[in-house]
Amino acid sequence: MGSILGTRVRRVEDEGFLTRGAVYTEDVQDDRLAGALHLTFVRSPVAHARITAIDTSAANGSERVLAVYTAADLGSGPDAVPPQPPSLPMFPPGMAQPLLASDVVRYVGEPVAAVLTAQPYDGEDAAELVAVGYDPLPVLTDPVAAARDELLLFPEVGSNTAFDLAVMAAAAAEAQGVELPPPPPDPFDGCEVVVRRVLHNQRIAPAPLEGRAAAATWQDGRLLLWCSNQGAQAVRQTVAAMLGVPLEGIRLITPDVGGAFGGKFFAEPEHVVCAWASRRAGRPVRWTETRSENLLSMHGRGQVQTVTIGGRRDGTIEAYHLDVVQDAGAYPRIGSMLPALTAMMASGVYAIPTVLTTARSVVTNTGPMGAFRGAGRPEATAAIERAVDLFAAEIDMDPADVRRRNMLAPFTEPVSVPTGTVYDTGDYAVALDKVLAAADYPGLRAEQARRRAAGDVRQLGVGLSCYVEITGAGMEPGVFKENGSVQVHEDGSVTVLTGTSPHGQGHATSFGMIVSDRLGIAMDRITLRWGDTDLVPEGAGTGGSRSLQQGGAAVQRATDDLIEIARGRAALLLEVDPEDVEVDVEHAGLRVKGVPGVGVTFAQLAAREELRVRAEFSSPGPTFPFGAHLAVVEVDTESGAAEVIRLVAVDDAGTVLNPLIVEGQIHGGLAAGIAQALYEEIRFDDDGNPLTGTFADYAIVTAMEVPTFELVGMETPTPYNPLGAKGVGEAGTTGATPAVQNAVIDALAHLGVRHVDLPTTSQRVWRAIHQAREGAR
Amino acid sequence: MKLRVTVNGRERIDDVEPRLLLVHYLRETCGLRAANVGCDTTSCGACTVHLDGQAVKACTVLAVQSDGRSVDTVESLTGPDGSLHPVQRAFHEHHALQCGFCTPGMVMAAVDLLRENPRPDEAQVRAGIEGNICRCTGYHNIVAAILACAGPAAPAEPTAGQP
Amino acid sequence: MIPATFDYLRPDTVEQALAALTEHGDEAKLIAGGHSLLPMMKLRLAFPSVLVDVGRLDGLSYQRIDGDEVAIGALTRHCDLVSSQLLASEVPLLPHVAARIGDRQIRHRGTIGGSLAHADPAADLPVAVRALGGSLVAEGPGGRRRIDVADFFVDYFETALGPDEMLVEIRVPRCGAEGWSYQRFSRRAHDWAIVAAATVGGRVALANMGAVPLRAEATEAALAAGASVAEAAALADAVTEPTADGHADVDYRRHLARLLTRRALEAAR
Repeated sequence: MGSILGTRVRRVEDEGFLTRGAVYTEDVQDDRLAGALHLTFVRSPVAHARITAIDTSAANGSERVLAVYTAADLGSGPDAVPPQPPSLPMFPPGMAQPLLASDVVRYVGEPVAAVLTAQPYDGEDAAELVAVGYDPLPVLTDPVAAARDELLLFPEVGSNTAFDLAVMAAAAAEAQGVELPPPPPDPFDGCEVVVRRVLHNQRIAPAPLEGRAAAATWQDGRLLLWCSNQGAQAVRQTVAAMLGVPLEGIRLITPDVGGAFGGKFFAEPEHVVCAWASRRAGRPVRWTETRSENLLSMHGRGQVQTVTIGGRRDGTIEAYHLDVVQDAGAYPRIGSMLPALTAMMASGVYAIPTVLTTARSVVTNTGPMGAFRGAGRPEATAAIERAVDLFAAEIDMDPADVRRRNMLAPFTEPVSVPTGTVYDTGDYAVALDKVLAAADYPGLRAEQARRRAAGDVRQLGVGLSCYVEITGAGMEPGVFKENGSVQVHEDGSVTVLTGTSPHGQGHATSFGMIVSDRLGIAMDRITLRWGDTDLVPEGAGTGGSRSLQQGGAAVQRATDDLIEIARGRAALLLEVDPEDVEVDVEHAGLRVKGVPGVGVTFAQLAAREELRVRAEFSSPGPTFPFGAHLAVVEVDTESGAAEVIRLVAVDDAGTVLNPLIVEGQIHGGLAAGIAQALYEEIRFDDDGNPLTGTFADYAIVTAMEVPTFELVGMETPTPYNPLGAKGVGEAGTTGATPAVQNAVIDALAHLGVRHVDLPTTSQRVWRAIHQAREGAR
Repeated sequence: MKLRVTVNGRERIDDVEPRLLLVHYLRETCGLRAANVGCDTTSCGACTVHLDGQAVKACTVLAVQSDGRSVDTVESLTGPDGSLHPVQRAFHEHHALQCGFCTPGMVMAAVDLLRENPRPDEAQVRAGIEGNICRCTGYHNIVAAILACAGPAAPAEPTAGQP
Repeated sequence: MIPATFDYLRPDTVEQALAALTEHGDEAKLIAGGHSLLPMMKLRLAFPSVLVDVGRLDGLSYQRIDGDEVAIGALTRHCDLVSSQLLASEVPLLPHVAARIGDRQIRHRGTIGGSLAHADPAADLPVAVRALGGSLVAEGPGGRRRIDVADFFVDYFETALGPDEMLVEIRVPRCGAEGWSYQRFSRRAHDWAIVAAATVGGRVALANMGAVPLRAEATEAALAAGASVAEAAALADAVTEPTADGHADVDYRRHLARLLTRRALEAAR
């Protein structure tokens, strides 16, 4: 019987999901939540204003309203919440978001009050009864303007900058007692060709189909909180800090989660108000946000990037400067520190001698910026891949040739690249070759030439993106670890615990494969559990594509450790030396070497004594999956409409454990990448009013907007974990967006167009064609 | 007001308020929680069920509008012996679900599409599910699963002059 | 997400429905498929206190030939427009346009009467009907009256229907032999049209170039005077009043109107 590792094992999660539906937070039926009340938030309709009054009299006068809470309630009494800590320690304390606004609101949608009703349907009616007075203040929506600090959103802080890469680097250097090298005087001095451009990496909504949701109850003074999240342990920590209760006073339980994409790390003010309200009211309280609420404040990306790239006419790139102004939104969150990851990956797959990144995150009167699939790395890739194409256009060289000329040579041991980041393994030229071959690059260029010569209305564009990205980085510097436990029960079934937090990635299947392969126990007898902090108190959750390479490795180690313990017990039982005992996968146990029929099953051992092992796995560092994407687009040059007709993707994430699941992750990422290139954008007007507040206005892509993808496999294992696996969940978004953007511009290159910003809407394309034609006259 | 409706083959009589959305009637009153609410604008299709055998978005139908009608949800597709409907089986085989939130609605949309057009091509499948949003799969495997359920190619069309 | 409270009535006849409208006045709205009204109620952009459900009234879902016109019952659902053999041969523009409305689920519920009475200038059926010409039959307490299509759409979301009237029938000319085309430009396939052009028999109507679907009269006149398609289409946006929104500003809209008109006329030949 061959190993199932590397095979297309179908998912164990599916049956329930397909027949009864998964159990998401709003679906949870639990006796402890019986009689739950429903929480609805009153949110600011204005982007920046002083609150003059909150009149709760009408709400309190309604018999359907059981309670109305404002910041004043939260800040008083024995259960008062503490002053809120900054969402991450690196941010100015003065920029922490209050749970409910008290004197100033800073974005449309900021929670101002909360109402409790017995019926969920009464919630919106109740919220309408709360009358809030607002005195408008001037609004900042442009982070570049905000960075000038002419109008301060937090006067006591004295600046709108929440995070500065240079300041962070200096602090880190001081802490380590090293000196930072001075920046080069003029990196582009001596370059034959220098191209500079401002790029916009637009704000996107992660928009998981399930929004945020929570259910809270208190038992014997202890909080039981169910919530949709991607890391129970981190959510529990933040709830504890925001609520002002000790960690042990909280049990966080994670039901099935309907997607997250980076939007569900940590606790939100609403989760904490839900918990607080439950304690104050003495009843369980449930909260589920609407899609309109979700689109107000679950955002990602949002960088204004100035790229400068310089080199020689022979195609050699000599210097690259990336300057980032990160839109932090109204209150700094994880999105504000992502430029640090952007900086780490700024030079991508290239061996550029001089690379400089400057970055700062600046507050504006818009939704607080979080993370979205790729979290800082798609931003880096979009910048360098656009810059390389701009450079190629300037020197009139084929973009594939420019890439190949400048790529890092293949490496199977870690190398330090110009940004200082240490990549583990990579073979970028082969990825590029594979994608060009799979797409028939010469054939595409020939077809493009034919259409150009014929003056076809529908022009063809071919766009490339060679990417490398960082996975498994985690939130704590220098920490790349996860834990896993494996227990065999006396009935032969297995329980596996993990500190990861799957929300569609199929960990029950992948981790189950690892355990099943080693122990010989069937997958349908293996149960994975996660996300309950009483069961798994430590863990770093699922994000940054870390789960298999660290969580899976931990489960594998726990399984191997369990086998060793079982071997020792079996040896005693069978009265042989442990070296004479081998694993007998066929019988899910161990046997004496060379003596068929003499052995003991894991289940039998478990019946005699608990057979359970917990292990931790630490990676020496993050890993660096890479690839090459090629997009073929058709652009209707009369209307400006662009359509992706082919997307060919080479993605190397090391050794593939389950190709079915890996492909699924890539597909999802590619669709999101196309979406950012062509369709999706969260926009505000100059007064900070959201313009894309529903799925009707926000162009989330359907099956009509994406093609069938063409995937090409490639596996360059990493030495950093025994699985040889790197992360793959964010590869698609990282590579696809620049490939599609470059393709659209390529379709118009013969008309003189050099750049079209993201998303390349039909109006933008049409304008670019027109401006190029005007310029040509 | 009184509502009489056949849900998954069983007749129910319930007292509901007029503004109760069909999706909430199914989830909260009937306890059938597979259909999900994913948006506010009839965009996402996670709530798709069958009303008198046709796929509809239950978030944009009032429960009272289904009075005297029949409603079927994804929970009705599985056989009494637990066997999967061919569409459910195809979704499983082709890894056409990840987080599962869009899945009940997507499956009901697919069943309805195939009932009306048993042999769709890829373009027809994509158009057929354009009312169902998925954020996880990129639609690739969903399309493959539905195409796998499509029947064999249509017999040759009669040529001109023949009935 | 949840509509404000309302009372719900389901009359058995048109007369009963009209009586309810008369009794409740401004507070009452008719609902058929509900896929224009309910989305607005869920966002609390509309909050009638009485809903009068006419979606199941008998005898208002049909398509039949009546002389040189085709009569379509107002409660005909979009999916039934799509599958109607009669319309495919007599008014092929209509099933083609109906197939582009929203998605399959929406087409199972929405009705032609509901869509026309809702009068969204970006919607598909209003512009198709504007290009077809013909009349809308309204029934009120005083009986039935015909409203010419040219007079039916008055403003954004406003028609010539009186507050106590209900649309019962749509009458369009039989035009199976005439050239026709529908060119619809939207961002995603199922989005509202940024601009759309419908043409049949030399008439051209534009969606989302003003408060109501507009006839491109300058284009029609130029064609009638012998101008080429390109010359005539260049006049399509004359006398239109497009507004800018998140998807398109004014000159891009005008450009699209001219482009789509040209393509529609070319395809209709």
